[in-house]
Amino acid sequence: MAIHRHDNHKSANAFMEWMDARMPVTKVWNEHLAEYMAPKNFNFWYYFGSLAILMLVIQLLTGIFLTMHYKPDAALAFASVEYIMRDVPFGWLIRYMHSTGASAFFVIVYLHMFRGVIYGSHREPREMVWLIGCVIFVALMAEAFMGYLLPWGNMSYWGAQVIISLFDVIPFVGPSLTEWIRGDFVISDATLNRFFAFHVILLPLILVALVFLHLVALHHVGSNNPDGIDIYDELDEDGHPKDGIPFHPYYTVKDLVGVCGFLIIYMGVIFFFPDMGGILLEKDNFAPANPLQTPPDIVPLWYFTPFYSILRASTETLLQFFAYSSVIIAVAAAIFTKFKLPVRAGFIILGLIAAVVFMNSSGKAWGVILMAAAIVCFFLLPWLDRSPVKSIRYRSLPFKVALAIFLVAFFILGYLGMNAPTPIKTLMAQVCTCIYFAFFILMPWFTSIGKTKPLPTRVTVKEH
Amino acid sequence: MKKLTTLLVGFLASALVSSAAVAAGGHGAAVDKVYLNMSDKAALQNGAKLFVNYCLSCHSAQYARYNRVAEDLDIPLQQLKSSLMFATEKEGDLMTTTMPAEDAKAWFGVTPPDLTLVARVRKPDWIYTYLRAFYRDDSSPSGWNNSLFENVAMPHAMYELQGVQKLVGKVADGGDHATDQSASDGETYTVVGDAKFELVHPGKLSPAEFDKAMGDLTAFLTYLGEPAQLKRKTIGVFSIAFVLLLMGLCYLLKKEYWRDVH
Repeated sequence: MAIHRHDNHKSANAFMEWMDARMPVTKVWNEHLAEYMAPKNFNFWYYFGSLAILMLVIQLLTGIFLTMHYKPDAALAFASVEYIMRDVPFGWLIRYMHSTGASAFFVIVYLHMFRGVIYGSHREPREMVWLIGCVIFVALMAEAFMGYLLPWGNMSYWGAQVIISLFDVIPFVGPSLTEWIRGDFVISDATLNRFFAFHVILLPLILVALVFLHLVALHHVGSNNPDGIDIYDELDEDGHPKDGIPFHPYYTVKDLVGVCGFLIIYMGVIFFFPDMGGILLEKDNFAPANPLQTPPDIVPLWYFTPFYSILRASTETLLQFFAYSSVIIAVAAAIFTKFKLPVRAGFIILGLIAAVVFMNSSGKAWGVILMAAAIVCFFLLPWLDRSPVKSIRYRSLPFKVALAIFLVAFFILGYLGMNAPTPIKTLMAQVCTCIYFAFFILMPWFTSIGKTKPLPTRVTVKEH
Repeated sequence: MKKLTTLLVGFLASALVSSAAVAAGGHGAAVDKVYLNMSDKAALQNGAKLFVNYCLSCHSAQYARYNRVAEDLDIPLQQLKSSLMFATEKEGDLMTTTMPAEDAKAWFGVTPPDLTLVARVRKPDWIYTYLRAFYRDDSSPSGWNNSLFENVAMPHAMYELQGVQKLVGKVADGGDHATDQSASDGETYTVVGDAKFELVHPGKLSPAEFDKAMGDLTAFLTYLGEPAQLKRKTIGVFSIAFVLLLMGLCYLLKKEYWRDVH
């Protein structure tokens, strides 16, 4: 027996040698798993990267099976989804995995992004990792938006109608652009077919390619860690980081635990609360699309609601507030800064121009601009953040306070977006919109003030 | 780390506040709470019988199949064919209605909606209240009206079971808080949702029996909205138990590997 094993081992080696001479299998395995040095102090927050990949795979696989039974045809789509729910063996499970999966994906991605912000993973030298991640976030939003049309329920229909008509506000080309996107004057079979094509082919390809680039960039610069210090600053005699451990097997086995923990929550939703009281599957979407019957409140799914709130917050009142503020800020800048006189006069002129623009443009147009800007802000984070340290563990108090306020505002915006607007709710959304943008605009200031804590030379690990 | 924990607590607290606010919002008309027992096959079978006898003539359940209903509710095929299906239908057929849509529109003003998913659109409590809230109204075209769905085109399909109700008035604390039977001034009124009714002509069933029957019908419609719900929770318990076990093993594996990390 021992001889046999030895022979097997030898032939396996011979096979790998043959393979490695033709394709860098062992090299890639070592560079990205077995010899990829990851800091040893990853905590709970670091599960969400591997979970995001798991979620992508789940969505791709369940998507394939849904595609086998789904009919991208306005006359058949709704019934084909019910066919999947009833007549396809375990079709309901596949469909719930996919519909719950979309929300789970966003939960994971939001937490993954939050991890990046609190530990400074967006900072030098990981700007490209962060930027590609932001593009993934945008692609994921497009993927989710298009997928939401496919069940062809009434909320699918009207949600798409509202969001696509946003492009109407673009000067000159707006109306013809929306017509071009829809392929018709209203959301119709043509729209459903192209959204299906984008949802099952184009965007999944883009997402997979972006995730690949995200990992290429990450493995080129190495992983950050909860202390935000570079583990390559402290090397042992062999030139390995003292605080680094090979990703495989250490983090592969650790992530298995995270995967199980996630699956328990994910399955809990799938099997016990698949529509989450209307949050994951909206009740209006169990009625087929009806161009003649608008649902009482058109609301997007929860993961879009913070941005949807910002869109709706843009009313004439908000623009007036912006106009007054720009004048006040310009005057303050002219009085309190020490630039030459012409520059200071320039501030006032700029402020007045801004005020005139705000007073004379429509709330809807600014809503679209603000919503787009709210997402663009994330892309700018690496350059807005001026803190001398990366991790929240060593950051100054102003950053922590600002982040906490931002989080609360983000949650309130998310909640408001799920509900029909009332005057008081619109006001709350406007205040939170201002907080949202203030967080990014003031970031260069509040990250550079206050006393940071001294950085350790080695990562901190809890005694166990 | 302490700061981070504080931050996390704040994060979760705001999440809780927003979800509590979501739970508190979204109240519509006053509806009565219905207690559904989806494992009570007798109740579901009774609901199916009521559905076929009183609903399916005008409404369809076009995404559901007869034999699937029979299989899920333990109805023998022979009984399905003899008492639930029309003679011309095959057991694997979809539960469509025999009433042509154009005729229905001409007769009622609207085509009666398909009921397969009505429990997912309207929610069970609403259906349970709606079915019991029909009353005689000579001013409406059909001679019937509904206190939950004002001026609904649908006539009272089950008046022979419930009898004829007269609307007496509205109660302030309707819905979940109302008592079903309230005796005042020596007369017996029934409170459904926020409406108070007087039974002017009794039907085949007593008010309590009718409520039970409508509970069964609501349970059947709830089942019809999502047939998978009868088994998904059971599958869920076993699946989650398996992953819990797997998680324990993975944790031990992780601990073993990480013994040499200091």
